[in-house]
Amino acid sequence: MARLELDVNGRRLEVADVDETTPLLWVLRDELNLVGAKFGCGISQCGACTVLVDDAPVRSCSYPAATAALAKSKITTIEGLAKPNGELSALQQAWVDLDVAQCGYCQAGQIMAAEGLLRANPNPSDADIDSAMSPNLCRCGTYLRIRDAVKTAAANRE
Amino acid sequence: MTLNYQGIRETVDEVTDARAITQAAEKVTLCIDKVDRRQFLKLTGVVGGGLMLSFGTGSFGRAAAQGGPLQPNGFLRIDESGILLFAKNPEIGQGVKTSLPMIVAEEMDAAWEDVRVEQSPIDAATYGPQFAGGSLSIPMNWERLRRAGAVARAMLVGAAAARWGVAASELSTRDSRVIHAASGRQLSYVELAADAAAMPVPDPESLTLKSRDQYRLLGSRITGVDNDALVRGKPLFGIDQSVPGMKYAAYQKCPAIGGKVKSANLEAIKAMPGVYDAFVLEGNGSAMELLPGVAVVADSTWAAIRAKRALQIEWDESEAGTDSWSKAVADAERLRHEPTERVVDSGDVDAAFADPDQKQVESFYTYNFVSHAQLEPQNCTARYADGAIEMWAPTQTPAQGMASVANVLGISPANVTLHQARCGGGFGRRLYNDFMCEAAAIAKRAEVPVKLQWSREDDMAYDLFRAGGFHQMTGALDAEGRVSAWQDRFVTFSNDGKPVSGGNLSPGVFPAGLLDNVRFEQTALPWANRCAAWRAPGSNVFGFVTQSFLHELAVAAGRDHLEVLLEVLGDSRWLAEGNPQALHTGRAASVVERAAKEAGWGKEMPPGRALGLAFYFSHAGHIAEVADVEVDGDKRIKVHEVTVAADVGPIVNLSGAENQVQGSVIDGLSTMLGLAVTFENGRVQQSNFDSYPMLRMESTPQVNVHFIDSDFSPTGLGEPGLPPLAPAVCNAIYAATGDRIRTLPISEAGYTAA
Repeated sequence: MARLELDVNGRRLEVADVDETTPLLWVLRDELNLVGAKFGCGISQCGACTVLVDDAPVRSCSYPAATAALAKSKITTIEGLAKPNGELSALQQAWVDLDVAQCGYCQAGQIMAAEGLLRANPNPSDADIDSAMSPNLCRCGTYLRIRDAVKTAAANRE
Repeated sequence: MTLNYQGIRETVDEVTDARAITQAAEKVTLCIDKVDRRQFLKLTGVVGGGLMLSFGTGSFGRAAAQGGPLQPNGFLRIDESGILLFAKNPEIGQGVKTSLPMIVAEEMDAAWEDVRVEQSPIDAATYGPQFAGGSLSIPMNWERLRRAGAVARAMLVGAAAARWGVAASELSTRDSRVIHAASGRQLSYVELAADAAAMPVPDPESLTLKSRDQYRLLGSRITGVDNDALVRGKPLFGIDQSVPGMKYAAYQKCPAIGGKVKSANLEAIKAMPGVYDAFVLEGNGSAMELLPGVAVVADSTWAAIRAKRALQIEWDESEAGTDSWSKAVADAERLRHEPTERVVDSGDVDAAFADPDQKQVESFYTYNFVSHAQLEPQNCTARYADGAIEMWAPTQTPAQGMASVANVLGISPANVTLHQARCGGGFGRRLYNDFMCEAAAIAKRAEVPVKLQWSREDDMAYDLFRAGGFHQMTGALDAEGRVSAWQDRFVTFSNDGKPVSGGNLSPGVFPAGLLDNVRFEQTALPWANRCAAWRAPGSNVFGFVTQSFLHELAVAAGRDHLEVLLEVLGDSRWLAEGNPQALHTGRAASVVERAAKEAGWGKEMPPGRALGLAFYFSHAGHIAEVADVEVDGDKRIKVHEVTVAADVGPIVNLSGAENQVQGSVIDGLSTMLGLAVTFENGRVQQSNFDSYPMLRMESTPQVNVHFIDSDFSPTGLGEPGLPPLAPAVCNAIYAATGDRIRTLPISEAGYTAA
């Protein structure tokens, strides 16, 4: 068992007594009560657990929390996207305005994948969007609205 | 097999068969309405001393203090904090947490911006049936919710009339306010709530409801009420729930249904770090409630997952299923040549087939089993103490779940409390509550609150599958090229001796009722793995078979598909007048013509690219689709665009309705392209999304949706958009290449997404 120090959404958090092999997803959900990242497959196939580690999207179901702690990585989850005053980010607002979600279960992972894309590429082409978003499954099939929301957010981002 | 599958059929009968559910729902609604009316009568007798809120034994059964909130029924509450509406049915992605309260808001003239929405308690006395299935949430609640809103409006108007000393007929309402135009006075609903609470509650049946041209809210685009919480990652779903002192559980069942635990390495598991307990559950004999298995209870989800993986279980499979897809295929190959039980037999198909002047066409269609694959794996949080249990569950059928849990624990249903969680997808899987039963049994035995978490592999292995099937089709064309006879010899599957849900030809299946000479034959192969409702049960496969075969007949007659389809639909008529679950050929023709027109049916297409058409009537929805598909020399297909025309009556939430149809089309495409579940030795061969490759954004076509607004009673859109998609795409592939696809998924015929 290990004690981990994690930098999550700009806060340094300490987690005691964690099995060294625990994926980041379960540390976030079970230990830190950050349940926005979702469990879908456990093998990096669906992207519901997507968070950013040092600005890059990772599948937290298959990413050891200990790795993030060791590298002192900055972890960003869906809970860390809104502005400090509570105002939604451009991506979150686009998701609401375009009523993207159906069941909504995959959408935190979708938004985090889109956040990773826009941090690396603020003006993505349609092909860039498809390529960056295709690791993320939406069982309800909201892909058309997800694509529109990414474009809308890219246009509105400060 | 000693297991019984009783719960499947009960739930199916109640929830998934459109005819049965309509009848069952009517009975329940009538019964509830009687209760409501009696309560209303009682309520009108207690005015003056504050509104007595006594709706049966429901959770609203309490007296309001003088000046208390306006709460004339379970669907709304107005007080100084604002207007609160209650969404009664489980939200599984079909949008009812938004659309149902919209219906109340419309009739009470509440401004949507002023409204907050909460999930209602599970309480049949107050709310009537509460479930998500059969695309029935809208049609079953439409009238009830409109009247609930109208009651509140009437009481608010009455309160304003009394305060101003004017006749109620001089008042109007708009944007959460009562307005007296003559004097220019206005009061908000919040300001009037206390006075209104003291007004007599009118008989809901006595109130005049709005006509469609008076709608201000319905038909507009409203974003989902949970969207803000969703994009912030708030704990909405079942999997997000937790209670103090909770442990995390996992449950391993036999990979072949019916297997029992002979022995397990429980002591080694209990010695693992983070493991709290491990034990065997015998099961209760119901395949729908509690199958035998080994439970592990741990300090974290990860510890539970690791402990479950480390289990070494010896199974007694002497009574376990031995399902084999390859054997089923061989059986069907033999059975398709043998006449069997006739379930529909109208006119004289034999005469048509024997007529030398008529052209006969024969084809054999097959489709595989598929999985629900709802993205949130099954989970349930349960806390048991002193003969009572409290649960948090993402279920489509909360009342049935509570009854099953009571049965498993041997306690009264009154001692089961259920908190309805938002569901991360349903598609029919969460109509069945085995996961709740498991959580309940584990919590009781472990004597600690638990959250049971299934893995994706559990969900794939222990789904209640959409069954595969085989159809030997025979059709006849008369001298004028008209379809004159139709025979569908169906080899389906049975659980426990009865055809599975969605695997049962009935008189409502196309083209019964449309052609003079129609015969459906059916025989079933016994199956141990549980099969049940999957989005648009029956229709999702019968649509593919019948609308592909109709195109085959049109091609054989040398005629245009659109023309033949409209000819088969015939003159405008309602096959059962007044029954929304019966096909209306006029509405059908309208959507077919609209989809064809919008897609440019008949237009010139480049080589290797063509349009395909299909119509299907399902779950009271009339929907036609045209697919624009390109196929290259390596059988790689690109679906460019799908055009949909739908008549489901008046649209409640345009944004949600469009989303449902687009999602149904994409689900249909995903499933037909490459999804199959196969079985050998009783075991499912697929385990996770790497062996069950769902459609991704890069393969998603444009989907253009056109609604034909009508005054027919509204129906839901969770399901009917899916069935026409597969035949539309296959018909387009035929038109583009001359290759007729008669099996799903089409990957089995060598096709892949470009």
